[in-house]
Amino acid sequence: MAKQHVNTTINGDPVEFLCEPDQTVLDVLRDVLGLTGSKEGCGTGDCGACSVIVDGRLSCGCLMLGAEAEGREITTVEGIAEGDKLHPVQQRILEEGALQCAFCTPGFVVAAKALIDQNPDPTETEARYWLAGNLCRCTGYDKIIRAVMNAAADVRGEAA
Amino acid sequence: MEYQSPGTVEEAVSLLAGASGTSKVLAGGTDLLVQLRSGFVEPDLVVDLKRIDALTSITEDAGGFRIGAAVSCAELGEHAALSAAWPGIVEAARLIGSEQIQSRSSLGGNLCNASPAADTVPALIAARAVCSVVGPGGQRDIPVEDIVTAPGETSLQPGEIVVSLNLPARPSRSADAYLRFIPRTEMDIAVVGSGVSLTLSEDGTVSDAHVGLGAVAPTALLVSEAGQALVGTSCDDAALDAAAAAASAACDPIDDKRGTVEYRVRVAGVLTKRAAAIAYQRAGSR
Repeated sequence: MAKQHVNTTINGDPVEFLCEPDQTVLDVLRDVLGLTGSKEGCGTGDCGACSVIVDGRLSCGCLMLGAEAEGREITTVEGIAEGDKLHPVQQRILEEGALQCAFCTPGFVVAAKALIDQNPDPTETEARYWLAGNLCRCTGYDKIIRAVMNAAADVRGEAA
Repeated sequence: MEYQSPGTVEEAVSLLAGASGTSKVLAGGTDLLVQLRSGFVEPDLVVDLKRIDALTSITEDAGGFRIGAAVSCAELGEHAALSAAWPGIVEAARLIGSEQIQSRSSLGGNLCNASPAADTVPALIAARAVCSVVGPGGQRDIPVEDIVTAPGETSLQPGEIVVSLNLPARPSRSADAYLRFIPRTEMDIAVVGSGVSLTLSEDGTVSDAHVGLGAVAPTALLVSEAGQALVGTSCDDAALDAAAAAASAACDPIDDKRGTVEYRVRVAGVLTKRAAAIAYQRAGSR
């Protein structure tokens, strides 16, 4: 089986990799590139633990072949903070204690960042619908939603 | 497995027609990758259609629309003219999965995956959408309801792909609506889906109406009797009840964990009634 040679951009950096034709973007991130922040929960697009942003759109890394990444721009959870400065979503998740086991957290961080990028002033209902594709089996979501709403206020420059 | 991402329809067709083993086309991949992962399909060749302009663009054509079969549901929702003309199709597309799924899932994929519960298919049937299909024998137009022949089966011949879903020009005072019932608010598969598209004459009565139903038979259904029940009426209670009865009568559902036969038959009528009332209200406000 010939490997696929793929040129892409990940977290702003040009990246070149070889993958099997049936490897997913998630497989490539974790197993080829060592970017293990994205998690595999279900592998079927239900849980959102593998959420990445592809050409500005929130996507499941498990539902996209590595070969499809050719020429695309991918943002993973590793690319959300700016150096040591956490993104407001990350900071607020910490402050709210919006996690227990944290397996879902990278997916929530990426999904919430994508939401705030396109709508910095979401209603709670909008935030809950937007995050319907991210499952958390520990917290019950209220703290996560609180963190996202506060992070959006931070991004707007308002006191939450 | 070999992966190819051709840049033209002709190239895609020739790859598929020349393939010796099992081949699969890849649009958004939200169904195909799950099937690959589970071993449900083991193709020798996967042809990615997302590098082909005709598959990934929406064009307005003589008052209608040609929607590339691989255009994402998110893009459909962002297309102002399409959303205004065909709110029912767009609301059906926007019900599929999560935001993550919306970024990838497509009308062509939703159709050709051939699930009886596909959300966009009843809406496309009600809209009288026509598929532009290209294969080794050339191009042909197929009404959307003739693509799926059984769960997981289509009428597409080897090497054929759905290039676009074409929506006709609409008379003024036309609108559509789609409703789906699921036990939760998001992220589930339709128990029943109903799409209604209609046009009003100047006096406010329905001059043309079509109803599509999903998840109540092995394939999505065009229910002509339900559409006919609305024609010539003002979608009054009697007309809505007649359309509901016709919709229920057309159902041939299965019993499963999502709903019993009796429940699905009943809900198909209720959703058709409600979708017709919404489409009527939308058409009247134009």
